[in-house]
Amino acid sequence: MARQALTDVNLSIDEGDLVAIIGKTGSGKSTLVQHFNGLLKPDSGRVLVDGQDIWGKGVALRDIRRKVGLVFQYPEHQLFEETVALDIAFAPKNLGLSDAQVDDAVREAMRIVDLDYEEFADRSPFELSGGQKRRVAIAGVIAMCPKVLILDEPTAGMDPRGREDVLGEIQALHEKHGYTIVLVSHSMEDVARFAKRLVVMEAGKVVMDGDPREVFRHRQELIDIGLGVPQITDLMAELARRGYGFSTGAITVEEAREILLPPLLAASIESTGSAGPDPCEGRCGHGLR
Amino acid sequence: MKPVVRVENVSYAYDGGSQGQVEALLDVSLEIWPGEFVAIIGHNGSGKSTLAKHMNALLLPTRGDVYVLGMNTRDESLLWDIRQTVGMVFQNPDNQIVATIVEEDVAFGPENLGVPPDEMRRRVDEALALVDMTGYEKSAPHMLSGGQKQRVAIAGVIAMRPRCIVLDEPTAMLDPVGRSEVLRTVRHLASNEGIAIVHITHFMSEAVYADRVIVMEEGRVALSGTPREVFSQPATLRKLDLDVPQVTELAAQLRAAGVALPRYPLTVEEMADDIGTLLGRGPCSSEPQNR
Repeated sequence: MARQALTDVNLSIDEGDLVAIIGKTGSGKSTLVQHFNGLLKPDSGRVLVDGQDIWGKGVALRDIRRKVGLVFQYPEHQLFEETVALDIAFAPKNLGLSDAQVDDAVREAMRIVDLDYEEFADRSPFELSGGQKRRVAIAGVIAMCPKVLILDEPTAGMDPRGREDVLGEIQALHEKHGYTIVLVSHSMEDVARFAKRLVVMEAGKVVMDGDPREVFRHRQELIDIGLGVPQITDLMAELARRGYGFSTGAITVEEAREILLPPLLAASIESTGSAGPDPCEGRCGHGLR
Repeated sequence: MKPVVRVENVSYAYDGGSQGQVEALLDVSLEIWPGEFVAIIGHNGSGKSTLAKHMNALLLPTRGDVYVLGMNTRDESLLWDIRQTVGMVFQNPDNQIVATIVEEDVAFGPENLGVPPDEMRRRVDEALALVDMTGYEKSAPHMLSGGQKQRVAIAGVIAMRPRCIVLDEPTAMLDPVGRSEVLRTVRHLASNEGIAIVHITHFMSEAVYADRVIVMEEGRVALSGTPREVFSQPATLRKLDLDVPQVTELAAQLRAAGVALPRYPLTVEEMADDIGTLLGRGPCSSEPQNR
């Protein structure tokens, strides 16, 4: 029984981008990202990395996988070595690097994911917190020095502290270390805060692709395909529905605060004086003033 | 009325290998009442799963006692009565489905109790109806979505006719649709079927619908109360690094800046109402909106 997981997907990711892919379970997100480094081979169509067809003649998948690192869902389940350093060293060792080069790669990867070498290198990965384990798993991919980092639901199943920890790490990888990042996520709130671009998948197709602010304007369409918008965007939509004339574009708490603070502060100060102009223009017969 | 579960001064310690003795619970006392929807939140390692496992004798306290309908969980002769009274649902839907057809999976528990076939049919149909999965009796569980699988797992527990269901992060691995399906199901079971629900979650947006929220931190109950009482303590919540709903966070920031908002709202509707009151006008359109 063959199931069509992806249908005629066209997408290009630019160097330095931070793209989030959203879509409900079964929409094809994970299938899509597993094509980016050749874990899956398309039935038709091509995947190009740096302009090179990854399934073309003379292309070594091994080189592609060094360029495009993939962090799976629940990557900490794949930790297996006795110490953090050994776990991170696993992939670079397999590349045939010398011991000194492997050691450099491990130290550098730990520095990048903000795990102190002295403190963590010799500890068992199994004794770490959820957020720390996930950072070890990410470091294991970074130790291959990829240009692109793909993370499949990097915060799934984590507590709020772990989520902030991993999201902060991803943002630092992008901003401080220049990684091109593609992340698959179920949290509209998180992607609104972090992503520069959103790709929306539904039934194996890309149905929206653009600036998060632009994508979240399509509130009803997103709800119809089992997604939604950040709660704050919902609030602004509800205020608009009730007839208040605030700008509706906010997708983060900070943005909503900027829009709402001046008028609400004014109303608080003058709560005994006259209110501002009636946005309903008398249509609702509130009988104000 | 007597509580379904009574936890009395419970402490639990285990041997954490190189970390020595780990005190996972420290003098915890609480009661769960029939039909109550209780959300337990807290970070990994705060003791919430350990607490949950005490509620049906998967773990026994190092000190203190747990009573299920008055039955002490230490009494081995009552083990099956206790587990039938308090059912558990876990995080990963793929690890708790045992059969290859939905109805057989739901029937698995009661079958082991020796429930006769006609009674079994009734229980399975009823359980699937309660989780809104009627029509999937002959489906293969692996073809279902995560939210559907979790609802089948809940049906399997319901078929045992429990008085309480403890769900340990049942939504952690689900997408937004699956999360709201499971949440709707457990709310229905508590308010319409009188089954006590203990819902462990990392999502505050789920906890706001509970009758009572218990916040665990380092093996103790750090906060307990209605969602509004708990969310009206932003400083404490921030100290615990807990994730508050975006509208609650926005209200906290606006209040800190001097805006006269009367409370910490829990939902979009409450926040919109409060803004309306402050601006001195009711909403423009008065039709209620269902979400």
